[in-house]
Amino acid sequence: MELALNSLPFLWDGLMTTLQVSFLVVVLALAAGVVLGVGVTYGTAVVYWPIRLYSDFMRGIPILVLMFFVYYGFPVIGLNLDSFWAAVVAMAAFKTAHVIEIVRGAVQSIAIGQTDAGKAIGLTFVQRLVYVIFPQAARRFLPPWINAVTEAVKGTSLISLIGVVDLMLAVQKVIGRTYEPMPLYIMGAIIYFLINYNLSSLSRMLERRFSYIRE
Amino acid sequence: MTETSKEPIVQIRGLGKSFGDLRVLDGIDLDIHRGTVVSIIGPSGSGKTTLLRCINLLETYDEGSLKVDGVEVGYQDSGNGARRPRGDRELAGIRADIGMVFQMFNLFPHLTAAENVMLGLRKVRRKSRDEARAIAEDWLAVVGLTDKLDSLPLQLSGGQQQRVGIARAVAMDPKLLLLDEITSALDPELVGEVLAVVRKLADEGMTMIVVTHEMAFAREISDAVLFIDGGRIQVAGPPREVLVDPTHERLKGFLSRLNPEHNWENAQ
Amino acid sequence: MDYGFNFTFIWRHFDRLGYGLILSLELAAVSILIGMVIGLAFALLQDGGGRGARWSVAAYVEIIRNVPLLLLVYLVFYGIPNIGGFSYSATTSFIVTLALYSGAYLVEVFRAGLDAVPRGLIDAGKAIGLNAFQRMLYVRLPTMFRIILPSLSNTFISLFKDTSIASVIAVPELAYGAQWINFNSFRIVEVYSVVAPMYLVTGYVILWLLQRLEKRFVVRR
Repeated sequence: MELALNSLPFLWDGLMTTLQVSFLVVVLALAAGVVLGVGVTYGTAVVYWPIRLYSDFMRGIPILVLMFFVYYGFPVIGLNLDSFWAAVVAMAAFKTAHVIEIVRGAVQSIAIGQTDAGKAIGLTFVQRLVYVIFPQAARRFLPPWINAVTEAVKGTSLISLIGVVDLMLAVQKVIGRTYEPMPLYIMGAIIYFLINYNLSSLSRMLERRFSYIRE
Repeated sequence: MTETSKEPIVQIRGLGKSFGDLRVLDGIDLDIHRGTVVSIIGPSGSGKTTLLRCINLLETYDEGSLKVDGVEVGYQDSGNGARRPRGDRELAGIRADIGMVFQMFNLFPHLTAAENVMLGLRKVRRKSRDEARAIAEDWLAVVGLTDKLDSLPLQLSGGQQQRVGIARAVAMDPKLLLLDEITSALDPELVGEVLAVVRKLADEGMTMIVVTHEMAFAREISDAVLFIDGGRIQVAGPPREVLVDPTHERLKGFLSRLNPEHNWENAQ
Repeated sequence: MDYGFNFTFIWRHFDRLGYGLILSLELAAVSILIGMVIGLAFALLQDGGGRGARWSVAAYVEIIRNVPLLLLVYLVFYGIPNIGGFSYSATTSFIVTLALYSGAYLVEVFRAGLDAVPRGLIDAGKAIGLNAFQRMLYVRLPTMFRIILPSLSNTFISLFKDTSIASVIAVPELAYGAQWINFNSFRIVEVYSVVAPMYLVTGYVILWLLQRLEKRFVVRR
């Protein structure tokens, strides 16, 4: 077990990479997902269908398949990305679809009367989104989104399969040298657990904070 | 609200709208003059709410013309006789001058009563926070809710929420107020307080179009009453003619269904 | 883009994809069945057990849900045999892992389902004299199953996609077949343009079949 503890510094670099990739993926997916989610909720057919098809496609295939396609396939069609960026692109594209669905669910759950009231006092579309819809949608958006964030952090473990030295690959490299798999897997599990458990506790706390708008 | 033009504030010609096969509005012609109160009555599905919602374009219309203060609400002339639907920005500008109060109140649940009234003032009328707050306080006082300024909608009764809704609409200084069955969702004992506010506004000369089931109230404050059925105006006239001594068959039927004690069918 | 599309290699080795798909479905099916046993057992334990039981179940659920599946797969396949001194096939190890994984999620599903059984039905059971065990067996469980059918079908489809992780320990399911073809032919675009639709279409077919099943059983609330 002390062997495992000695390896902590080496795992630290891997952890940093995991957190970096997670952060990039979460931010990109949030930005793209909110914009596209609003588009799919309010847009005309020309906007709705492409986004809908994109979302259904991404949610219907395993992330592993997408990741391998981006990493091995993009160079073939002319896009040369190193493994780090291939991982980020694949995971962000994948997660965007989930964010789109979360946004869609949250915004659609707001009663149509709210949009009417916003229109009646002369607010423009963007003003309605910002001052009426989003504040109310937030409480239905945040818990599932934080859940999606934990899924993203767990999902980054797959980047180890295309050679990015994240926490997962770091664990395996140490095992490769020490031949003691179990203590290291447990150490890795504990670190992932700590990150994600805290995120889901945050989600539960937020759910409680927002309960003042009961229906 | 400073011009005293002789032109009717709302001019409707040949208004038509269909939902698929259903003809919801079937050729409405109507003029509404400034400073008057017009009530619209009719059975459910008659098109009366749709008509009201067309005036501030919460519903679009397919044919005809609907002008508020001389401006065609739904469309912009694009030259050579054609017309294109108005964009979001233009509609926002038009709607800012028309106030609406809803059956289900539709207060913004995440804002207090004062903030509900202030939102339009700050973001549409561009008032400063202090100005907006002062105006909100004035109007909430008019509707009798000075002690509820900082309450959230869920802390208010139905009647109180609806009064905030009225304050929110009139604080914008609209040319015209649309009231969509504003007491239908209220418990009976709360209806009176809301109607008292509406009466006050009518007395002060606000132009109002009221869709309602409250016949006694309609008779009291209206200058004219319209009976709409099947998407057309069937009867139009002063309250006495329409509500007390009607001759139109369907209208009589409608009124007696609403008020079984008074048998209009046999009234002379 | 002058890339010559060439699907020949893929069609020649399509059996890896076809059988891989079937294996993926089998893995998902077996895992969800075992997972349902685990999930139901633990949900009942949480429902009726003492603090110790409730805490243990909660711990199990939290641990599995916060750790990546990939890590669990490695831990079970490489880690446990190492300290246990035995070994098992990759397929067996993956089924164990996926069953434990799905069990953790299904505990929540079963728990919510049990909670959602209308009180009126339970009262009716009491009123006709059923004891607690009979009420569970004849009233609560059957009703719960109808309520959770949609969640079960979603879980199954999720597990089906998760079987792709088995490819990392060389279980010959669909994703592994795709990678094999990729490494042996470099026809990456072609193979994934066949495999992605295979996942998509299978997912929709499963959804459609389960929705038809639901129509016959679902409780309208």
